[in-house]
Amino acid sequence: MHVESKLRKPLITGGKTLHDVSEDICKRVEQKPSLYWYAAMIISNITLIVGAYAVYRTLWDGIGMWGLNKTVMWAWDITNFVWWVGIGHAGTLISAILLLFRQRWRMAINRSAEAMTIFAVICAAMFPLLHMGRLWIGLIWVLPLPNTYGSLWVNFASPLLWDVFAITTYFSVSLVFWYIGLIPDFATIRDRAKKAGRKVSAYIYGGLSFGWDGAAKTWSRYETVSLVLAGLATPLVLSVHTIVSMDFATSVIPGWHTTIFPPYFVAGAIFSGFAMVLTLLIITRKVYNLEDYITIKHLELMNIVIIVTGSIVGIAYLTELFMAWYSGVAYEQYAFYNRVTGPYWWAYWSMMTCNVISPQLFWFKKIRTNIVATFIISIIVNIGMWFERFVIIVTSLHRDYLPSSWAMFYPTIYDLGMYIFTFGLFFTAFLAFSKYFPVINMAEVKSILKHTGEKVKK
Amino acid sequence: MKKGNKTYWKGIEQLKNDPAFVKNAESEFPEFLPIKDSSDNSRRDFLKMMGFGLAAVTTAACEAPVKYAIPYVDKPVDVDATLANYYASTYSMGSDYCSVVVKTREGRPIKIDGNKYSKISAGCTSSQVESSVLTLYDRQRLQFPMLNNKESNWRDVDNFVKEGLSKKGSNKIYIISHSVNSPSTLDVINKFSKKFDVNHVEYDTSSYSGMLDANEESFGKRKIPFYDFSKAKTIVSFGYDFLGSSFNHDLFNQQFTKQRVVNRDKREMSRLYTFESNLSLTGANSDHRIPIKSSHTKIYIAELWNILNGKIGSGRDSISFNKSKRSLLKLDILNKVADDLIQNLGSSLVISSSNDKSVQSVVIMINELLRSYGKTIDLNRCYNTRKGDDSKMTEFIKDLDSKSVHGVIFLNSNPVYNHYLSSRLKDALDNVPLKISTSDRIDETSILCDVIAPDSHFLESWNDYEPIDNHFSFGQPTIRRIFDTRQHQDSFLRWIDSEVNYFSTLKNNWRKKQKLLKSNEPFQIFWDRLLHDGVAEIVDEKTKNLNPLPNIFKTRISEAGKVSNLIESETDNDGFELNLYHNLTVSDGIQSNNPWLQEMPDPISKVCWDNYISINPKDASKLEVKTDVGTMTTNLLKLENNEGSFEVPVIIQPGQAEGTIGLALGYGRKLAGPVGDGIGFDANQLLNKKLNIQNLTVSNIKLENTFKDFRIAQTQTHDTIMARESVIQETSLDQYKKDPYSGKYQFKVATSKGFKKPEDVTLWNGHEYKNHHWVMAIDLNACTGCGSCVIACQVENNIPVVGKEEVLNRREMSWLRIDRYYSSDADVNDLQGLEVAAENPDVTFQPMMCQHCNNAPCETVCPVAATTHSSEGLNQMTYNRCIGTRYCANNCPYKVRRFNWFKYHDNEQFDKNIAMNNDLGKMVLNPDVTVRSRGVMEKCSFCVQKIQEGKLLAKSEKRRLKDGDVKMACGSACSTDAIVFGDVNDKNSRINNLLQVEKIDKATLKLKEERAYAVLDEIRVSPNVWYLRKVRNKKTA
Repeated sequence: MHVESKLRKPLITGGKTLHDVSEDICKRVEQKPSLYWYAAMIISNITLIVGAYAVYRTLWDGIGMWGLNKTVMWAWDITNFVWWVGIGHAGTLISAILLLFRQRWRMAINRSAEAMTIFAVICAAMFPLLHMGRLWIGLIWVLPLPNTYGSLWVNFASPLLWDVFAITTYFSVSLVFWYIGLIPDFATIRDRAKKAGRKVSAYIYGGLSFGWDGAAKTWSRYETVSLVLAGLATPLVLSVHTIVSMDFATSVIPGWHTTIFPPYFVAGAIFSGFAMVLTLLIITRKVYNLEDYITIKHLELMNIVIIVTGSIVGIAYLTELFMAWYSGVAYEQYAFYNRVTGPYWWAYWSMMTCNVISPQLFWFKKIRTNIVATFIISIIVNIGMWFERFVIIVTSLHRDYLPSSWAMFYPTIYDLGMYIFTFGLFFTAFLAFSKYFPVINMAEVKSILKHTGEKVKK
Repeated sequence: MKKGNKTYWKGIEQLKNDPAFVKNAESEFPEFLPIKDSSDNSRRDFLKMMGFGLAAVTTAACEAPVKYAIPYVDKPVDVDATLANYYASTYSMGSDYCSVVVKTREGRPIKIDGNKYSKISAGCTSSQVESSVLTLYDRQRLQFPMLNNKESNWRDVDNFVKEGLSKKGSNKIYIISHSVNSPSTLDVINKFSKKFDVNHVEYDTSSYSGMLDANEESFGKRKIPFYDFSKAKTIVSFGYDFLGSSFNHDLFNQQFTKQRVVNRDKREMSRLYTFESNLSLTGANSDHRIPIKSSHTKIYIAELWNILNGKIGSGRDSISFNKSKRSLLKLDILNKVADDLIQNLGSSLVISSSNDKSVQSVVIMINELLRSYGKTIDLNRCYNTRKGDDSKMTEFIKDLDSKSVHGVIFLNSNPVYNHYLSSRLKDALDNVPLKISTSDRIDETSILCDVIAPDSHFLESWNDYEPIDNHFSFGQPTIRRIFDTRQHQDSFLRWIDSEVNYFSTLKNNWRKKQKLLKSNEPFQIFWDRLLHDGVAEIVDEKTKNLNPLPNIFKTRISEAGKVSNLIESETDNDGFELNLYHNLTVSDGIQSNNPWLQEMPDPISKVCWDNYISINPKDASKLEVKTDVGTMTTNLLKLENNEGSFEVPVIIQPGQAEGTIGLALGYGRKLAGPVGDGIGFDANQLLNKKLNIQNLTVSNIKLENTFKDFRIAQTQTHDTIMARESVIQETSLDQYKKDPYSGKYQFKVATSKGFKKPEDVTLWNGHEYKNHHWVMAIDLNACTGCGSCVIACQVENNIPVVGKEEVLNRREMSWLRIDRYYSSDADVNDLQGLEVAAENPDVTFQPMMCQHCNNAPCETVCPVAATTHSSEGLNQMTYNRCIGTRYCANNCPYKVRRFNWFKYHDNEQFDKNIAMNNDLGKMVLNPDVTVRSRGVMEKCSFCVQKIQEGKLLAKSEKRRLKDGDVKMACGSACSTDAIVFGDVNDKNSRINNLLQVEKIDKATLKLKEERAYAVLDEIRVSPNVWYLRKVRNKKTA
């Protein structure tokens, strides 16, 4: 029997009953979407189509459509990639690590956080794919497939190959984890559809729920699989960004060649992931009237995670500066001197302001429990984290060893288009998800309703 | 069935005579095909069909398009597919000359190398020469003769010309050409002149009239003597860019560097002083460069004469001028120069670019005083490549004005564009009834002509040349005429109704000259040898050791007097002084339509696809010039003088003398062709049209900033080395003599066991190169930065031209670049200050290409192993495998990798890349090197195709590869031998001797050569390219 202190604030407010939960969540799936949803979907689709034109031109004419040059051969592409992968960290962290730590507050948010993870990873994957000069062969050749070229094999020493493994593994595990969580909820929708006589809906959700019967044995297996997957996903949360950071850390370029990168990147990923979850949830709970499920308490807890990870990131920035000085390596020193004072100083200081200073505001309870403030800071953090990757990639490359090659990077509208494309993709997918899938894990929420619902606490 | 005959049955059905079998036995497919027309087709069949169909269609679509190669029906003698043939020939364009060896593949010339037998062109090539092979395949060349601006044929053209010439009457006929140094051509012109009484006027785009006239007065020869910089220990140049824009600069580079290279056996080098206003290549390579106004050159020269005259004491008069003028001079440095010159009497050289006869006379006096004649200047060997006479050209224009000219033949010349009196000439040409041009294209002059009788390219022509008296060079065609063109000599012969053609004339001339060459062979053998060698020399014992003529001094004293008048009449004004020059890329604009030259960065400013005003930083800030190195944006300045007002972009040039600006000629062509048209600004417009001599210094220019933005393409925008000693190492001669290791930068890594060298703490296991180990050495003391290697590399390796827009996007494709660094006056810890170049900086050139690292950072990061290490130390790029992640390029510390951002071949957007975008241009491509596709990475391959060729040659001759079998394109184009390549595993190789390889331990070389260093040694990528430290010979106080 689970006992919970009366002092803790209820995780679900509004005096919900079990039926209320089903009703509140399934309503979104069963009813026609609101005008807001239509408007959002149209904007997302337009964004997607505009972005798709940039993708088309890149594929048809070449990578030269972007602003890259002989000195800066990665810029927005890999910045966006790392940014999206970072965002894709929160979902699994919330569902896996918090599951293992038995953090019940995760239950209201894990579904959408995981969905966000999946879509963010898809968006992220767009960049390593589309940034290849020859995608059509690269798609196959980066996989260690047996071939007819003699003993030709991929280069297992290359961090880019590690990326391929890390991301595909992460994506598949996250997808399976997410889907398994969805099965009982799909069954609920199926049952409700059957009762209401909506045959198509019942057929589709029946298929999606894999014939879930709600038997005790099924529940038991469900719990076990969730736990096993949580166990599998946990190291992945750490490994993916560690490996992404090795793209830089294993190189010889000053500003990239840093052993601090793995923890620094993982912290940054969680930082940005939580910020993105916050941004999305604040909108979702408002639009879908889910304030009783996703409460201020949830937001506050996530804000606390942001303070912690934001501070880790801040310390990492300072450590980098210290190490540059302490190493005595002129190139390293110059790389950081240039970051702080060089032509990209504005990017560096944007990063510092957004990532180090702004989350510190969450030390004030008033701010971290204020929805508008949280929303604004979550967006600022996302901007900051984008700048972090931009600063690392572009400012390190644009002035490296030989001053003769020093150059600037200027993005083109196609760089912007690619970025917009992934936004279109992300929001289209997220909106479709929020319409057709239950945005909150009903089954889990119901399981905690009895001891942390508002009625119980009273 | 017959007895005794074995019978085989198709199966048991046949034996049994199964009725079903018999029925179908004769059909092609006796068995039923699974698909029938009837309705009992199963779903399974349908799926099978679909499956097969889909698979068949897909696999059929996989087939690459077939391109048919047409084999020879009769194989031409000496042409073997895949094997190159080499022919000696001679480059000739404008007034320039170079003895070359032409590489042809399957009958097409694809590469031009220097002819090592030649003593005149140094066996090397300049960028102009290297590029000229593409001009051969320029579609803009005329493909037929033109009559009255319409396509015509040779018969009509010949009749028209003959008829026209016969109507001459008492009026004059002129031939206008660049300096012609071909004896047989001159012979033809003489014949032509005899018949039609022709005036042959020669001119040079950069006139040497003043020097020639002074020489004529002093020595009786209107020629330029042979300068030998290799014998000079002190060289003083007054604005004369002998390493760059000068004629025959290949040889001058070679001679100059002979005195510059130091090693364990030779610890001495020459010292070069340069007084100039624009930062030229000569200035960049000098030990002391003194920025001065060009108009002050004559005062400097006069004062130098006075100082030397005083110190050596010739007993002759000083050149007197007002004391106020003396205050304009930097006398202390001039005194040092004088001391140096006196110390090295007989081994010093003073030269000046002045086109003024009296100034050049003083230079002659100085050289005579310094006993240079007979030592560093040889009057017995004189150049024939510059003979132009400005006064004759002025006379010609006067004749035009007075309508006394009946006909004019522009022999491969384009004075309406490239002569300084172009605008006067253009207007006056209306007065001429018969205008003929032999230009190879419709250019600014030929468009005004009635007839264009297009000359063949030099690679399609026979000719002989005499660039220096008694030194000959031969031109033989290396390809059949591509278009319906005709050598101009043949045209002349046809117009005088000669029965012989030029080839027989040429041969006959040499039949006569055979004796002079002391040859007793049968003529055919002699002739074949001439063509094989490409060069010949008549050794005349009588003139071999002749001292200069000292008894002509009197005439020059009067000239010296004129100098004082000149100096006195010189009035300083507030305006800027403009100095025009020819750069090393487009030069005088003859090959403006050649994209290789247009995209070649200027050695100093690294600008391509434009000319520009260079201005001193102080003047720039006075004019509030705003530049942005990131976007390469600058301002347009308004230039104003008597000739008009013009808007030209500006580049802030450290080292530019204050109050002066520089501007290159050779740009702003209107009718060069689609590549060259409208590129840059035609600086000829600014020249004073009233002068009788070309004066490239224009004074009293008003400058104004228009504040309009203009983007100018540069391949390097950061000028200074940022005190990075592991990139550029240099020392001074004095220190080098004391300690050959001086200037060495040894990075030490702090470890738990104390400080260690990077190679001692490496993580790498190293490589074992059992067979060959290819290594390159680049001597920074020998490299003058001219950039001919850059073009050679481009030609050899099919490197695409990307156009100005893409250079602005910093995507030029050159595998080999020359980094140019200016020194900075800032403290090494002042990182911001270090970004600013010194006002008069020391300049260092560093050729930079793939360093073929033994521990290559690019190799480890490629996900598909497209860039790998060879068993001979090469870092090789497999284009087919490359998927274009560009990680290798990011991880390259030298940033030498180039990415194919777009498809540069067969793409209309890159039509300026004519070598890859039309069928004619493609003939220049090297068939041994792949044309890279879009989306792959590329970089210097150490000319792996040449290594392979050398190995195959050795193999076919059943011997081991020997040193010199493999030559890099860059190394063979280098006149100064700055780039040496070879196998260090070969104990006797040049590279081994040069670097003094002591030990090779797992690809780590231990070198005894003190000057050798690897760039960025501390990151321990262990490059296979070694640089030899630069030594400057500055005079210490």
